[in-house]
Amino acid sequence: MTKELSRIDRIVAKHQADKSALIQILLEIQRENRWLPKPVVMRLSKRLGVPINQIYHIATFYKAFSLIPQGRHSVSVCTGTACHVRGAPRLLDRMREALNIRPGQTSPDQKFTLSTVNCLGCCALGPVLVVDGEYHGNPSSKEVKRVIASCD
Amino acid sequence: MAQLKSPAELARTRQQIISRRTEKRYIAINASGTCGLAYGSDQVFQAFVAEIERQGLTGQVGVRATGCLGFCENSPIVIIFPEEICYLGVKPEDVPEIVSRTLVGKKLVNRLLYKDGNGKKIVHEGEIPFYKHQSRIVFGNNRFIDPKSIDDYIALGGYSALAKALFEMSPEEVLETVKRANLRGRGGGGFPTGIKWQTTRNAPGEIKYVIVNADEGDPGAYMDRSLLEGNPHSVLEGLIIGAYAIGSHEGYIYVRQEYPLAVENLSVALNQAREYGLLGENILGSRFNFDVTIHRGAGAFVSGESSALMTAIEGKVGEPRPKYVRTAVSGIREMPSNLNNVETWANVPLIINQGADWFASIGTEGSKGTKIFSLVGKVNNTGLVEVPMGMTLREIIHDIGGGIRQGKKFKAVQTGGPSGGCIPESLLDIPVDFDELAKVGSMMGYGGMIVMDEDACMVDVTRYFLNFLAEESCGKCVPCREGIRQMLHILNRICEGEGKAGDIELLEELSEVVRDASLCALGTTAPNPVFSTIRYFRDEYEAHIKERRCHAGVCKALIAYYILPERCQACMICLRECPVEAITGGKNVVHVIDQDKCTKCGTCLEVCPSRFTAVVRLSGEPVPPAPPPKTEVVRSKGAQK
Repeated sequence: MTKELSRIDRIVAKHQADKSALIQILLEIQRENRWLPKPVVMRLSKRLGVPINQIYHIATFYKAFSLIPQGRHSVSVCTGTACHVRGAPRLLDRMREALNIRPGQTSPDQKFTLSTVNCLGCCALGPVLVVDGEYHGNPSSKEVKRVIASCD
Repeated sequence: MAQLKSPAELARTRQQIISRRTEKRYIAINASGTCGLAYGSDQVFQAFVAEIERQGLTGQVGVRATGCLGFCENSPIVIIFPEEICYLGVKPEDVPEIVSRTLVGKKLVNRLLYKDGNGKKIVHEGEIPFYKHQSRIVFGNNRFIDPKSIDDYIALGGYSALAKALFEMSPEEVLETVKRANLRGRGGGGFPTGIKWQTTRNAPGEIKYVIVNADEGDPGAYMDRSLLEGNPHSVLEGLIIGAYAIGSHEGYIYVRQEYPLAVENLSVALNQAREYGLLGENILGSRFNFDVTIHRGAGAFVSGESSALMTAIEGKVGEPRPKYVRTAVSGIREMPSNLNNVETWANVPLIINQGADWFASIGTEGSKGTKIFSLVGKVNNTGLVEVPMGMTLREIIHDIGGGIRQGKKFKAVQTGGPSGGCIPESLLDIPVDFDELAKVGSMMGYGGMIVMDEDACMVDVTRYFLNFLAEESCGKCVPCREGIRQMLHILNRICEGEGKAGDIELLEELSEVVRDASLCALGTTAPNPVFSTIRYFRDEYEAHIKERRCHAGVCKALIAYYILPERCQACMICLRECPVEAITGGKNVVHVIDQDKCTKCGTCLEVCPSRFTAVVRLSGEPVPPAPPPKTEVVRSKGAQK
């Protein structure tokens, strides 16, 4: 945790402890740390002089932030309108079955986090599955199995 | 890079950039755009770089990683200039052949050319039907530009509009020109840009802000991202010109965090513009100072609303506030703040360079210029298309989009994102502009155009939008928070086969309240999907409620899958693929779905070989009784072959 906290200090210093940069700071912490543990939020509150409840207000309002640890592999299904009409609900069902978790959850072994995203803007591929940044357009059940199996 | 101190230096630099280029030909690959990258265009780009060197063509043929080229369906796209030979769906292994045949041998690689409906091959980009019917005045420059190179933009005459505005026009003249051009906001509402600028200019306040809204939250719309990724300087140049007209010295670009490549390309663009003295103090040697900060959003649809976006820029939660005083007068830190959408800003340099009359000559009476649409869903040619305002929906969907996929029947086109509406076949001949779309109960929005075929259930689509809006409602005002939730609840019931008489009327009543009483545009427009689908597809609602039938076979509670015993050839495929082992049977034994176990995922229908088509989807009718156990198959002729 000390390592995480010194990381926070570094990010805060980069933004000159500017309160109006709060969202930008949180985004950077989220990216490096993959979630926002309580001690991190408390440290940030102290450093910036912003009440804890204000930080949680932001952290719960925006989709980008997570208050639970994220799995080592991120699996997300695009549920934008174009993907929806091209069968995203079925793809999402398939992923729920394959990983045995619901969107927004992390598997107990911390391996996978399943999420949905509103639009990735590559609608020609739809329905789109993204695993660790790799795009898979309209994957068959075979491809889904192969992709999941290739994650260690 | 030296700071440019006058318009003459800009012109000289442009000449130098052009004369430095020795390559007579160059290859454009959409390898600097998100969707191109998703298709693997970066590998194609790398392959070209390596192959050109290997075949000793360095210095003769240039390779350029461009942003989006529009025709997503056929990515990776390669265009060879100056001939404009267009190869589609190119793979890295095709590259050596393209280089030796086309670049060295001056012959075509036929298999990579576009084939029209009759199998005729088309060589040139501009002749492909998808491109032929467009007029890409804003978006077309993407193919000439590596977005990480300001020189590419300057070579095309970039920043000459800024030079013209700063040195040949007063701020008032710039403002008048934009007003006279009748440019309207491309972000949704279509508010006249010039009038907005004037309000901020005239509002009292020492500091004034200008903002680019790139929080493109409508699912299915990605033209703003593609402009920012592919031609960031065009947006920036528009912004600087706007700042000059308004009298602002500080700007923000608010970008969705889901668009990392846009942020990256934009950051490079800002740095390069600063190095050339196009941002900062005394721009181009004038007395005008201006600089920009990028602000990343954190994933909230409502933050695209102007007052919410400005609150977010202040570092607070991006919730809307009542707009008794408009943000143009009191926005960021209560200072006058002018916000326009990405595409709106990108139109500004064109208007300054080519004049208000030129711009006003394109489009319809009330809507001038062009509009970029993302044509997606069940259409053959998915992609970004730019057309003059006033083109009909039918022309866009059929002539440019190439009609519906797999020869299916068109049902509706949804425009305007979650705040828009669904437009039926009977209205496809309306000209597309701000006012006409509003008349039929939809709106322009960002320009998302989602085409739906007979497989879409309109009740389910409405439920999808309401679900989206219920999740994205910030919860600050009661009509939006509770109203949308209750509407969603009713729609869920209807989709689950528990609809009641009176539900449609109740939905309409709730819609009116949410529309009239919500605080911001998210709530006031949220009922649009409900209004429009009830107006045009009432029969589907009624079928769900009265007959428990879903025509499209989407609503799981209203459908069942059944294997026709006389057609089943006991091939074991569906039996093996069924994820819940609901199918029984065996070799030579007709397969049967256990209706209690079935989760209605539809896998059996998908995998049943087309020569058998034994699996059917039923809705609104009872499932026939299962055949007696161990019924043997009846071999059909087709199967014996």
